[in-house]
Amino acid sequence: MRRSRLHTPKPHARPGETPDFSYLELSPAGVAPRPDINVRVRDINGLAYELIRVLDDEHRAVGPWNPHLDPSELQVGLRHMMLTRAFDDRMQRMQRSGKISFYMRSLGEEAVAVAQCMALRPTDMLFPAYRQQGLYVVRGRPLVDLMCQLLSNTRDMCKGRQLPVMYHWREGNIFSISGNLTTQFPQAVGWAMAAAIKGQDDIAASWIGEGSSAEADFHHAMLFASVYRAPVILNVVNNQWAISTFQGFAGGEHRSFAARGPGFGMAGLRVDGNDFLAVYAATQWAAERARMGAGATIMELVTYRAAAHSTSDDPSRYRPKDDYDRWPLGDPVERLKNHLIAIGEWSEDRHAALAAELDEHVTQSWRQAVTYGTLTEPPRLDPHLMFADVFKHMPEHLKKQEAQLHAELAGE
Amino acid sequence: MSTRITYREAVREALREALAADPRVFLMGEDVGRYGGCFAVSKGLLEEFGEERIRDTPLAESGFVGAGIGAALGGMRPIVEIMTGNFSLLALDQIINTAATLCHMSGGQFHVPLVIRMGTGAGRQLAAQHSHSFEGWYAHVPGIRIAVPATIDDARGMLRAALASPDPVLIFEPISLYNMEGEVTEAASAVRLEGAAIRRPGRDLSVITSGASLWKCLEAADALASEGVEAEVIDLRMLRPLDDAMLLESLARTHRALVVDEGWRSVGLAAEVGMRLVEQGFYELDAPVARVCTAEVPIPYPRHLEEAALPSAPVIAEAARRLVGHAK
Ligand SMILES: Cc1ncc(C[n+]2csc(CCOP(=O)(O)OP(=O)(O)O)c2C)c(N)n1
Repeated sequence: MRRSRLHTPKPHARPGETPDFSYLELSPAGVAPRPDINVRVRDINGLAYELIRVLDDEHRAVGPWNPHLDPSELQVGLRHMMLTRAFDDRMQRMQRSGKISFYMRSLGEEAVAVAQCMALRPTDMLFPAYRQQGLYVVRGRPLVDLMCQLLSNTRDMCKGRQLPVMYHWREGNIFSISGNLTTQFPQAVGWAMAAAIKGQDDIAASWIGEGSSAEADFHHAMLFASVYRAPVILNVVNNQWAISTFQGFAGGEHRSFAARGPGFGMAGLRVDGNDFLAVYAATQWAAERARMGAGATIMELVTYRAAAHSTSDDPSRYRPKDDYDRWPLGDPVERLKNHLIAIGEWSEDRHAALAAELDEHVTQSWRQAVTYGTLTEPPRLDPHLMFADVFKHMPEHLKKQEAQLHAELAGE
Repeated sequence: MSTRITYREAVREALREALAADPRVFLMGEDVGRYGGCFAVSKGLLEEFGEERIRDTPLAESGFVGAGIGAALGGMRPIVEIMTGNFSLLALDQIINTAATLCHMSGGQFHVPLVIRMGTGAGRQLAAQHSHSFEGWYAHVPGIRIAVPATIDDARGMLRAALASPDPVLIFEPISLYNMEGEVTEAASAVRLEGAAIRRPGRDLSVITSGASLWKCLEAADALASEGVEAEVIDLRMLRPLDDAMLLESLARTHRALVVDEGWRSVGLAAEVGMRLVEQGFYELDAPVARVCTAEVPIPYPRHLEEAALPSAPVIAEAARRLVGHAK
């Protein structure tokens, strides 16, 4: 007798087992074709399964997706990734020493935010999740400002109203990060629809983790983006893990997330997320396609969350300790560095000097940030501030509650 | 015999007992397996009961609540864990439009014996999108039972009672209580899904509350006692159905009532409780019913702002003093 049985997705390895990433189905660098910008979706279904890669094992840039960037631009990209990492490292340590309450690193996936942001225009609107701090680095937001948000001090851009890392930057065209997953995805589509309605040629780009693609908002965003052919790039950062939940639980077993695109009639690209050049080139392609009115693209960026989910997480509970050591797509910083060295535009010495310079920059920024207060040291945010901005203009009942709080605090 | 455990362990014990007692029971939610749940409540249960009964799900609250309803209709006894009350809002359509109405709208043909557990409330510096208290809001809806365990015994006993209920039950676990320690007493095995409880008797005023605020009210009552004011502290336990009888009985002794709620003030639980007292106990009242609620703002992030927004023991005590005419 046969009977139905439920399938429970299994990760490739659990703690104590040997990591095996064969499930990834990698293509060699340079083989994926680069179609015309305005190609029909049904003619590029293959790109949703193949892996777009440019950097090969000898650190050369090969194949049709090579964006032929000037070495100086590559050096800028390397710098942005290294600064993102130096910032993350330090903030992690600051959390460990009790200076901030919570932090999330982007270790191992810096190429995603950095290369993508560099391939977009400054006027393009970005709707990130919490692991794209590289966007802020590329668009030039001073680290001090980010640190003040983490410290929730008197210069906190969120005025004490958000968790650490949930930044926003209106002038920099970066939308508020939400603590509730995936809400930004349909919002990005709406922004893109507005841009098209107004006849602008700016586009929107949004990011979620692959785990978040399980939320209904993902599907709504896909539907609206494809139905209206909105000028938007929807990025799914497949870093293999959603806290302790393996990507198979989001539907990634033997399927790519990019392949969700063709089902909606939308271009889908599966990209090596640790290959700076591939990420740049694919984003450039999708951006041009969106800008010329040929529609939205979903990009899956295959990468690995090398750090814990957040400072509250301990990955040794659910994945092998040496998982990342065996990750086949390497480290995005190392790969770009090796490429630059291979083409004679970089050296170990220059690399070490840059690392030291960036580290010092982080140190100086922190020194400045703490002068505006820390979680434990004054100056501190005025409690009355919490009543502002609930509504654009404060209504009567809040004025009363504010006065009441004033009396309570005075009475203490 | 009594044992000292944390609130978290009490819930875990309740889960363990339920899983062991009934093969139809299973737990599902985000990161409930290896990770042991975002507040570590189900830690160790995967190893004990296996993946079929401790099910990790995709990150899709409306998906797994909907699946929970379906599994309950299919004869199972699912326990669905939602990380926090804020995330339960993604599943509102399933909870309110479906779970709460199905028995009624199917003419009594289908009922949904589903238990949904979720973290609720502030106090852990998690900011607005992870800290709100929606239990009073859910209690507005007919067709679902709303339980708020505030004590170790209730944390240990309410799940069993909820699983025995033929109706959908939402259990709100205040996240600031998970580390609280206390005794599990014999009473835990007789916990019922109805009725409020007097946690501290007193004659001068009734302080009515629920959830994490209970402990602030008890602290305030201690301070008041040293000034000669005896507050009776009542833990609502169940927000639907509300136990009017006990509230009125207490009011008949104290003639003064203060309602304390971590929800927002306007149009909230405190308003409902206060209205019931006025409606049914007007002639017992020696003073207007008073309330202390959370400031009507999204819960802020840094600790000093979070504390300023929430009801605190000193503010509760001061409101009680005003009520009995002993204001400082
Ligand atoms: C609606 C909602 N549900 C659950 C959570 C809790 N949560 C925060 S991050 C996270 C994992 C997200 O994983 P993924 O989307 O893969 O992104 P990654 O962290 O890997 O970058 C979860 C479950 C949340 N913030 N919002």
